[in-house]
Amino acid sequence: MSAADQQLARGILGIPLQRDPVLTIYERSQEGRRAFSAPPLDVPARALDELLPAHLRRAEEAKLPEVSEPEIVRHYNRLSKRNFDLDTGFYPLGSCTMKHNPKLHERVASMPGNARLHPLQDPARAQGALELMYNLQGALGEIAGLPHVSLQPSAGSHGELAGVLLTRAYHEDRGEHRTKVLTPDTAHGTNPATVTMAGYEVVKVGTNADGGVDVDDLRAKADASVACLMLTNPSTLGLFDPNIAEIAEIVHGVGATLYYDGANLNAIMGITRPGDMGFDIVHFNLHKSFTQPHGGGGPGSGPIAVSDRIEPYIPRPQVIRRTGSANGGPANNGAAIAFDLDYERPKSIGRLRGFQGNYGVFVRSYAYICSLGAEGLREASETAVLNANYLLALLKRAGVAEYLPVAYDRVCMHEFVLSGAAMKRELGIRTLDLAKRLLDHGFHPPTVYFPLLVDEALLLEPTETETKETLEAFADVVAEILREAKDDPEIARNAPYTTPVRRLDEAGAAKRPVIRQPL
Amino acid sequence: MADQHYPQDLLYHPEHDWVKIDGDVATFGVTWFAQDSLGEIVFFDPPAVGAKVTQGDSYAEVESVKAVSDVIAPLSGEIVEVNEALSDSPEKVNDDPYGEGWMVKVRLSDPAERDSLLDPDTYTADLG
Repeated sequence: MSAADQQLARGILGIPLQRDPVLTIYERSQEGRRAFSAPPLDVPARALDELLPAHLRRAEEAKLPEVSEPEIVRHYNRLSKRNFDLDTGFYPLGSCTMKHNPKLHERVASMPGNARLHPLQDPARAQGALELMYNLQGALGEIAGLPHVSLQPSAGSHGELAGVLLTRAYHEDRGEHRTKVLTPDTAHGTNPATVTMAGYEVVKVGTNADGGVDVDDLRAKADASVACLMLTNPSTLGLFDPNIAEIAEIVHGVGATLYYDGANLNAIMGITRPGDMGFDIVHFNLHKSFTQPHGGGGPGSGPIAVSDRIEPYIPRPQVIRRTGSANGGPANNGAAIAFDLDYERPKSIGRLRGFQGNYGVFVRSYAYICSLGAEGLREASETAVLNANYLLALLKRAGVAEYLPVAYDRVCMHEFVLSGAAMKRELGIRTLDLAKRLLDHGFHPPTVYFPLLVDEALLLEPTETETKETLEAFADVVAEILREAKDDPEIARNAPYTTPVRRLDEAGAAKRPVIRQPL
Repeated sequence: MADQHYPQDLLYHPEHDWVKIDGDVATFGVTWFAQDSLGEIVFFDPPAVGAKVTQGDSYAEVESVKAVSDVIAPLSGEIVEVNEALSDSPEKVNDDPYGEGWMVKVRLSDPAERDSLLDPDTYTADLG
């Protein structure tokens, strides 16, 4: 670090410098070193080739790292400190809903009945888990306003794929061959990817001057070749589309389905429901709206809720409650089964994954829904919208708004989009530079360069779990970075200074990725 | 990265493409503004030689660290050559957009289409 850099880093609230050389756990390995001492063998020793046939034995030993316990602890502890996470600071990454993950949920998820349940356990011995999943299906159905829920999809994009495959099954069952799926030009990138993967052609629908769907463009493109419209409401601009009833009418009028991308569900929980807006299929992101920790590549969950006409096709098996004569029937050991896995679904699109999904996510999300209740969920959404509007108001002040104007000047929902075009023109720093400089102040940057239709976009979602003081501190830092850039744009252009790594070679990472670690 | 400029001897399409016409063959590329908006380009997906392109339609894709974007054909015709060097070094589009960063050569099917293209002053007046 140069003297000038050190000066810049000083006095900033940034996370501590972690610039020690990065060794992998394999590079720390020393032959013979161990993190345990095995007790003496209390059975007769036998040669390995007596115990395992030759074709099951490795030709050479596995290259496992040989390290002591303190070395293991230090290694992973050090790695964890090099990361920026939600437990470290404000993380306003738009459409990702980086809200606090209550620690109570970890306690519930780690209870032995949840944490140690074997995925091959038969339903008779997993009644508690099945009941939790059944109840979660019910709660999600109520939140969506659509009664039938499948928990199988294991990511938002997986839920989208399920939804479009359901759409295909629905049309084909009616003897209809449709070829196109409509998505707005503000759509998450996963939407067109899903459409393509499901074998449909993507047709983009434009955005009107208010940031909503261009209804005339939709009407012109909606015909009998259209299978579905995939829509996020509120959109990725953080705006609720007031024309949703008309949009639903147009889509249903040509016999297509209306798909709700649930990425922005955090804005509307308990206030309005996709089912009531006319949507046929919804996916949830349990890792966004329902507090599964995410952002570190951890497991997600993307359940879907569907209307009656889509229900025959949902994935199998489905978690059901046996009632009437089927209730209490004999199981393997004679135990009564109330909750079961139903495979008798002849029109189902089939299985979407092994087993039933990421069960730990179900536990955390169910704990969240039970902790908050209907009123609490509504309050969470109301606070998320209030926080976004408060932050937007702070960023509309002089010194910021002239460089970072809001892209569509309306009351926003849970997130909003600023354009850095004027900042780039007037101050000579780009949205990416501002994002990198925020890191020096201990804030995770917002989403940048998305949605694509806004030049130099910043997409901010503060979530309901941040305090007024945090929002104010963030707005002050944005103003400070712009002031600093006016004096010397080079500071932001070379940021960050205080993080474990400096500006990354993103082009190099895309063109020449290092994907193997030689052992 | 190159400095902002728009050569006088080229014609321009509003979707930020440039054209250099030489008889019935034209060279296509993207403008300084396009590469600057895209940011560092990491991948160029060219069309096949022999493919037909239509004015106003996409003929290739470029991927930058920000997004994947279509490249729009400024004129119609048939691809006769693609810039193979871009597959290894797509950053040439950033470094030299009007030179080594050229994308394709096209045998024109409707030379009259050139009348719809813009001169550099008209093109840059709309950049805002």
